[in-house]
Amino acid sequence: MMPLFDFPGGIHPPENKAQSSATPIRQAPLPPQLHVALRQSMGNAARPCVAIGDRVAKGQLIASADGRLSAAVHAPTSGVVSAIAPQPFAHPSGLPELAITLDSDGEERWIERQPLHDWQQRSGAKIRDFLAQMGIVGLGGAVFPSHLKLGLKLGVSPLETLVINGAECEPYISCDDRLMRERADAICDGIAVTRHALQARQVLIGIEDNKPQAIAAMQAAAAAHGFGVVAVPTKYPSGGAKQLIRILTGKAIPHGVRATEHGVQCFNVATVYAIGRAVLHGEPLISRIVTLTGAVEAAANVEALIGTPLDQLLALVRPHRDSHEVVMGGPLMGFTLPDLAAGLTKAGNCLLVKSPALFPPRPPAQACIRCGDCASACPVSLQPMDLFWFAKAKNFDKAQQWQLFDCIECGACSYVCPSQIPLVDYYRFAKSEIWAAERDKNAANLARQRHEFRQFRLQRDKAEKAQRLADKAAQAAARQAASHSAAANVAPASDPKQAAIAAAMARAAAQREAAPLPEQHSSGLNDAKQAAIAAAMARAAARKAAADEAKAASGQPPAPPPSSSGLDDAKQAAIAAAMARAAARKAAADQARANQQPDP
Amino acid sequence: MTAIHSTHIAKPATVSTVMLKVLAALLPGIALSVYCHGVGVLLQLLLASLTALAAEAAMLRLRGVAVLPALKDLSAIVTAWLLALSLPPLGGWWMIVVATLFAIIVAKQLYGGLGNNPFNPAMAGFALMVVSFPAQMAQWGSPQLPLDAAAQWQWIFLHTLPAGSVPDAISSATPLDVLKTGLRQGQALAGLLPQSSAQGLIALGWLAGGLWLWQQKLIPWQTPLAMLAGLLALALPLWLWQPAQYASPLLHLLQGGTLLAAAFIVTDPVSGASTPRGRLIFGFGVGLLTYVIRVFGNFPDGIAFAVLLMNMTVPLLDQYTRPAVFGHRKGRS
Amino acid sequence: MSQLLIAVALMLLLALLLGAILGYASVRFRVKADPLVDKIDAILPQTQCGQCSHPGCRPYAEALAAGSDDINKCPPGGEDGIRKLAELLGVEFKPFGADAPQPKAKAVALIDEATCIGCTLCIQACPVDAILGAAKQMHTVIASECTGCELCLAPCPVDCIRMIPPGSELTNWKWRYPTIPIRNVSSGATR
Ligand code: SF4
Ligand code: SF4
Ligand code: SF4
Ligand code: SF4
Repeated sequence: MMPLFDFPGGIHPPENKAQSSATPIRQAPLPPQLHVALRQSMGNAARPCVAIGDRVAKGQLIASADGRLSAAVHAPTSGVVSAIAPQPFAHPSGLPELAITLDSDGEERWIERQPLHDWQQRSGAKIRDFLAQMGIVGLGGAVFPSHLKLGLKLGVSPLETLVINGAECEPYISCDDRLMRERADAICDGIAVTRHALQARQVLIGIEDNKPQAIAAMQAAAAAHGFGVVAVPTKYPSGGAKQLIRILTGKAIPHGVRATEHGVQCFNVATVYAIGRAVLHGEPLISRIVTLTGAVEAAANVEALIGTPLDQLLALVRPHRDSHEVVMGGPLMGFTLPDLAAGLTKAGNCLLVKSPALFPPRPPAQACIRCGDCASACPVSLQPMDLFWFAKAKNFDKAQQWQLFDCIECGACSYVCPSQIPLVDYYRFAKSEIWAAERDKNAANLARQRHEFRQFRLQRDKAEKAQRLADKAAQAAARQAASHSAAANVAPASDPKQAAIAAAMARAAAQREAAPLPEQHSSGLNDAKQAAIAAAMARAAARKAAADEAKAASGQPPAPPPSSSGLDDAKQAAIAAAMARAAARKAAADQARANQQPDP
Repeated sequence: MTAIHSTHIAKPATVSTVMLKVLAALLPGIALSVYCHGVGVLLQLLLASLTALAAEAAMLRLRGVAVLPALKDLSAIVTAWLLALSLPPLGGWWMIVVATLFAIIVAKQLYGGLGNNPFNPAMAGFALMVVSFPAQMAQWGSPQLPLDAAAQWQWIFLHTLPAGSVPDAISSATPLDVLKTGLRQGQALAGLLPQSSAQGLIALGWLAGGLWLWQQKLIPWQTPLAMLAGLLALALPLWLWQPAQYASPLLHLLQGGTLLAAAFIVTDPVSGASTPRGRLIFGFGVGLLTYVIRVFGNFPDGIAFAVLLMNMTVPLLDQYTRPAVFGHRKGRS
Repeated sequence: MSQLLIAVALMLLLALLLGAILGYASVRFRVKADPLVDKIDAILPQTQCGQCSHPGCRPYAEALAAGSDDINKCPPGGEDGIRKLAELLGVEFKPFGADAPQPKAKAVALIDEATCIGCTLCIQACPVDAILGAAKQMHTVIASECTGCELCLAPCPVDCIRMIPPGSELTNWKWRYPTIPIRNVSSGATR
């Protein structure tokens, strides 16, 4: 028996898994219509690559990944694309998301499946690309694209330990339990592929000891492959990736550090099962196993197509009459579904039906009594009561100092709090505020940079124009002098008149030169508009003049252009901006000083 | 207006049940106290509870906070009982009323109510009484009084005694007090040791309650043990050095509410430290200071002052003893 | 006499020594502080809208640093911004003037591309070059770069620019503040 390690804190809520884990996985009936959301992972939503009216086959790519953290989406069944429009989405915000609506034709006609039969000869990179095409994401809840977890950049290669997460620590959920009991061999095939891709030295499958049948099944299947199956003590949240890694390997990986840097990687059992189906059978991720439980007549695990409307899934298990809301995920980390018309997503491991009888509402929150129960329950040794205090007071700097972002939002603290404080909600609130502030800060920095560059650009343009005008004037003077002498030779009589005409023409030319565009386009505008334009231009001219004056007064030469040609090139512009920032700042200051005097 | 919880299940514990269990844990000690000191103890408890509830309700109303839910958390009763058990059982009725009013109004509600008070309210009330009425506070009725219940009540309310009873019974001082004045006057320690084991008996009651609370995971082990350790850390060496000058550690453990404080007062979560290491330091500090004040200070018992002094260090303790967060080497401050 | 001299000499020596240490420390451990203007500028929202009657955020920052303007002049910064400025500058919080521009929700300019006549006036007005276009061509706003300053609205001769509040999206959705647990007496009584 290998030594096991413990992580701090943890709780032992009632398990309530027996309701759903007793019966085998059922196949959910084919729904007439599916809403396949395009946002099936962290990162961007996928980009649809089918059009309305297209007939698609089961497993056909219908939306391709857009960016690194995005995941490809495939048709869960054969049928016709009837809409690509925002639909209700399984997300706590209740905001609709773009989804592809598919009218199933009942034929379940597959595309030609192309498994990667020779995966043993393929490199990790090749398998990674293959899984990316197959739209495989982590099915434990985080929906992180799996192929990214197979990349070993920055990591120790080959990998020390591949941890397979079969802990399934959250109450009520039993989909992984059933999967391990019934399809242990297929899981192990998937693990073999994953191990090959990662070149992992050893494989440890961690399963909580409240699932003896799953452990037995996995042991039987894993023996042939040489994977270790480890029964870990039942304690929530042992199924957190970093918690399970700690239990099995003793390595405590802090927030913001990738497990691979410590030579470990962790995959959920359902994910490796999906990897196995993809590589060995060529099936993209189009279905998953969902636990339907809570206040229902016949709790069960069903295998359902991604996109199946959730209310149709729930109808299979007959929710109690008094049920009032449905949670996606478990009772500790799940969120209340805003709309049951949403389609099943790859993240949907459990639908938990709540009724007041089964889930009595918590009494109103009271003041924190600093009992410290939350701190002793926290699996990452935070001080939740301090974090709560800071989040409540919107003192976000302090919250970050107290390592708010190490919080995994496991809910253990909220569970134990005798004052019934919604602690996790405060942390989520604080985190999203901090992120928003970060976004604002970045936007402000961008605006500052662009504004400074613009200031610099205006200065430079003016300098160039002044130069051009000066050149032209010199040329004109030279020419005039020449023609003058010629004219004087030819027709000396009309001298004063001609000089006047020439001067007027020169003035007109100079005016055109100074403001080449507006006048040309303003024909056909009414007077008021024209007046407005004139006023705007006059203002601009006044500002420019003032700035020029200021410049002349300060004797500061305009900043020389670092490169005159590559202006439109964004990169060069950025470099130029960086180089010229100091100059631009000075120019802006000058302008400001100048503007303060003439402007009211 | 229900707070929407993202956590859909909860442990059944609430503040009320926690407080109820604390009250229950006090019962064995109370029973022994009644046995030793008479029913006056019960009267004090009753007076304190009523005063506390009334004061709390009035303050909550003034502060514009819903009264009933806050009353139902029972924290006011816990404060009241601890205060009643710390004051002399035969003290005048006004004593317990004044102490409770101060504890609830000033030390608790003016700071923002439950959870926001930096000082232990019961100890604040006690300290007020010791400073203001030292003579009255030193009068612990001698155990197993010849007074019957009616006489005790009469004494508490009217400060008179039925004809024929012995006034001495009322005015006997606490053992710690006797010790202190005795030693000051140069008497030998041996002659001063208390004759009865009443205080020790009651202390065992507190001990039992504390152990039960610990078993129920309602109090941590760190604070009480550290407090006793702090007390012994001074008491033991000094006693070994000059047994004639310094009282035995056992006496310090059993007398003057040491165990009551260890089980119920230093474990007050609101005003105490909340990290494991912080609790050790907090408890140890209370123990040390208690001994220093008891033996070298002016007051017969130093627990209240020790607790209040250590209460002041709690914010710093909590900040600098944060445990290292999972995977990080050390808690950053 | 000699004792006095020794004492004086010692004191002098000590003073010199300590002075040298202090001087060294001030050089060695000098904290290179941001100039005040940069710190103020970091707080300002960089909308560059000119509502503070300065031609941009930085000039306003300079005016604040010089003490020649009030801290309540920047509507895009909101009351939060005023609070931060008050803290940085060590002055009292001051609400927006009653008749001064009030803060409003941030919005992004959108050009109705069918109406645009391509006059380039808006480009000249935009303080952050967030408008793309050329003479006689349809113009458009790069939404991610628009600061919502509204400076392009006035010059447009055909009034085809509107401010659109940004839609709620998953990428900018925020968890709300959990319900405040303390209720007042009246609502407590009615329950
Ligand atoms: S469990 Fe609740 S009451 Fe106790 S310290 Fe934590 S937040 Fe406060
Ligand atoms: S939700 Fe966060 S603070 Fe609370 S126990 Fe879990 S990790 Fe700790
Ligand atoms: S009012 Fe506009 S220009 Fe002035 S500081 Fe605020 S955002 Fe910048
Ligand atoms: S100012 Fe108006 S009409 Fe002119 S380019 Fe801009 S959007 Fe078009």
